[in-house]
Amino acid sequence: MAQNAAVIERTVAVLAGGLSHEREVSLRSGRRLAAALRDTGADVREWDVDGSLVAQLRQDRPDAVAVALHGGEGENGSVQAVLELLGVPFVGTPAPACRRAWDKPTAKAELARSGLDTPDWVALPHTTFRALGAQAVLDAMVDRLGLPLMLKPDQGGSALGAQVVTERGELPAAMVSCLAYADTVLAERFVVGTEVAVTVVDDGAQSRALPPVQIDARDGVYDYTARYTPGAATFHCPARLDASVLSRLEETALAAHRLLGLRDVSRMDAVVDADGRVQVLEVNVSPGLTETSLLPTAVRAAGMDLGELYAGLVERAIGRDPSR
Amino acid sequence: MTASEIRALFAVASRPEVVSLAGGMPNLAALPLESLSAEVADLLARDGQVALQYGSAQGVPTLREQICEVMALEGIRADPDDVVVTVGSQMALDLVTRIYCDPGDVVLAEGPSYVGALGSFAAYQARVVHVAMDEHGLVPELLRDALRSLAAEGITPKFLYTIPNFHNPAGVTLAVERRSEVLEICASYGVAVVEDNPYGLLGFSGRTYPALRSLDRDVVYLGSFSKTFASGLRVGWALAPPAVRDRLVLAAESATLCPPSFTQMLVSRYLAGHDWRSQIKTFAEVYRERRDALLDALETYLPEGCTWNVPDGGFYVWLTVPEGVDTKAMLPRAVTARVAYASGTGFYADGFGSRQLRLSYCYPTPERIAEGVRRLAGVLEAELDVMRTFGSPARFALGAGPQTPGPSTP
Repeated sequence: MAQNAAVIERTVAVLAGGLSHEREVSLRSGRRLAAALRDTGADVREWDVDGSLVAQLRQDRPDAVAVALHGGEGENGSVQAVLELLGVPFVGTPAPACRRAWDKPTAKAELARSGLDTPDWVALPHTTFRALGAQAVLDAMVDRLGLPLMLKPDQGGSALGAQVVTERGELPAAMVSCLAYADTVLAERFVVGTEVAVTVVDDGAQSRALPPVQIDARDGVYDYTARYTPGAATFHCPARLDASVLSRLEETALAAHRLLGLRDVSRMDAVVDADGRVQVLEVNVSPGLTETSLLPTAVRAAGMDLGELYAGLVERAIGRDPSR
Repeated sequence: MTASEIRALFAVASRPEVVSLAGGMPNLAALPLESLSAEVADLLARDGQVALQYGSAQGVPTLREQICEVMALEGIRADPDDVVVTVGSQMALDLVTRIYCDPGDVVLAEGPSYVGALGSFAAYQARVVHVAMDEHGLVPELLRDALRSLAAEGITPKFLYTIPNFHNPAGVTLAVERRSEVLEICASYGVAVVEDNPYGLLGFSGRTYPALRSLDRDVVYLGSFSKTFASGLRVGWALAPPAVRDRLVLAAESATLCPPSFTQMLVSRYLAGHDWRSQIKTFAEVYRERRDALLDALETYLPEGCTWNVPDGGFYVWLTVPEGVDTKAMLPRAVTARVAYASGTGFYADGFGSRQLRLSYCYPTPERIAEGVRRLAGVLEAELDVMRTFGSPARFALGAGPQTPGPSTP
């Protein structure tokens, strides 16, 4: 690619760490991304997100920032908003769109309104259960969503705090566990089917979807342990699904990327149900980049190189108006 | 290696915004770094050819003599020939387990017990049977009961692993009058005793307790300079009867060839040239002040229904929280509130300890400790609030893998 010659001179600050529950994963993503960018010849710094970040950005003036933060400020648009304030070009989704995608109920509502399938859901804060009586609300929830159902914190990733509830009696305890992660719980109808992740990249004239990755968790649940223990989940890329389903997956991921205003790179997590319908679970603005993550798998399957991809995205970031 | 959601949560503990009461890092601020750096320079200048060379698998002879002087403070009379220097006492523990245990063998340990020991036992596929403690440490009657019921199944445990002084994580000390009794019970069942004593010299009342090894020469004793000098040097030791010692030396040789000469010689010089006894007193003083800060804060801030012990030395307070609170399930809430602790289940091999947690006062300053407990109290209140709403305790829903912080967690 012609861009590579230029990248050799670029200084890129990879942001990783932060204070979210996903700090550990982010540090691993950051190390992986930094190494991949260095392989392309970029001059890479790895920075944590703390009280020295703004001063460092002002002083070192990197050509661009690549955000490898997961959870909290790195995904909810806060860090992106500060980068926009400072006029620092960065790889990734603009702040307002981050905020929309980060809040799972908001993102689901937008996708559903635009006609995409997403499992039926309800999002409620702890205070509502307390005010209206937990049992009555839980009963209504189960009546509507059925069992099993999925409980997850309304924000955050890596499946932290996510649980499958199979019996009514388990629900109160599962709610308490889930609320240790966030004040609002998203309860979702549980969809039986094939778990798939589709990466979307903006590395050309228009957005394109990379081959869908199918996830077979060894123990049936793609939880934190399955995500970050090598060998605990098997990926198939492209997913072992009909060509028509594969193209539907790609179209859906592209539609979600566009509808939510995502930029540069995103990952849609979905389940293909028994009828072959694509049910969108969530969309990630800062996909994991660790050794066991989905995006690097898709990138490899597409015959691309992670460093080359991000080096190209760095060039795009530098080329656009940094305040937007 | 299994990725652990709980272990991952400790990643934030190293950030200054978080008050970590989770780790067990000793406080090294009191060390005389200037004179130590001169010592290091002199060591290399005078003895560099030896310090940077392989040494004996059993350890540097001079250091082994000095280790015997250190152990004499707790009543141990030992021959330097029976001392094996190891890379921290953790290595000694690993070697002892390796030579004693085959897969499926039973080891007795206090409940709760040191997580590093449980890790070694698990690595050699030994089965841990816990024996409960009270405020005076291991309960002899319960030890006898455990041995009796194991004997009824035809099982003789390979050894009792015990931390008699300022226990990690329970903070209690085995009453002196129980010490002979514990040894007698084990002897009557033909069970060896492994005594782990990293904190024995860090008592707060000026008292040192007679080591189990001082009462019985068959005890395998594990010692360490990690808490009395410097944890990063990784110098510990085992004192064992000759038959065990010989096997330990062979096992050590196969593991590392020899412990690092450089760090051993540095410790040796430190012991010879510095007032190490006063340094230990200084350390104990620092830790006592921090323990007091922790106890004051617990008294001030914690909600009703919490109980804890008052340690007379060492690093830890073992806290029991109100009925129904699962300390592991609560940890994400604590991390959000910028405070970290070690939840209790990691200190048991059998899933107990969900209502307990360990608080370390060794590393943060007294002011930070108070702030940490204030935050923890808020976390407990919020957790209790949610439990009241749902009329239920949390369901443990967190996955597998290590449940306690790693060694570099503050």
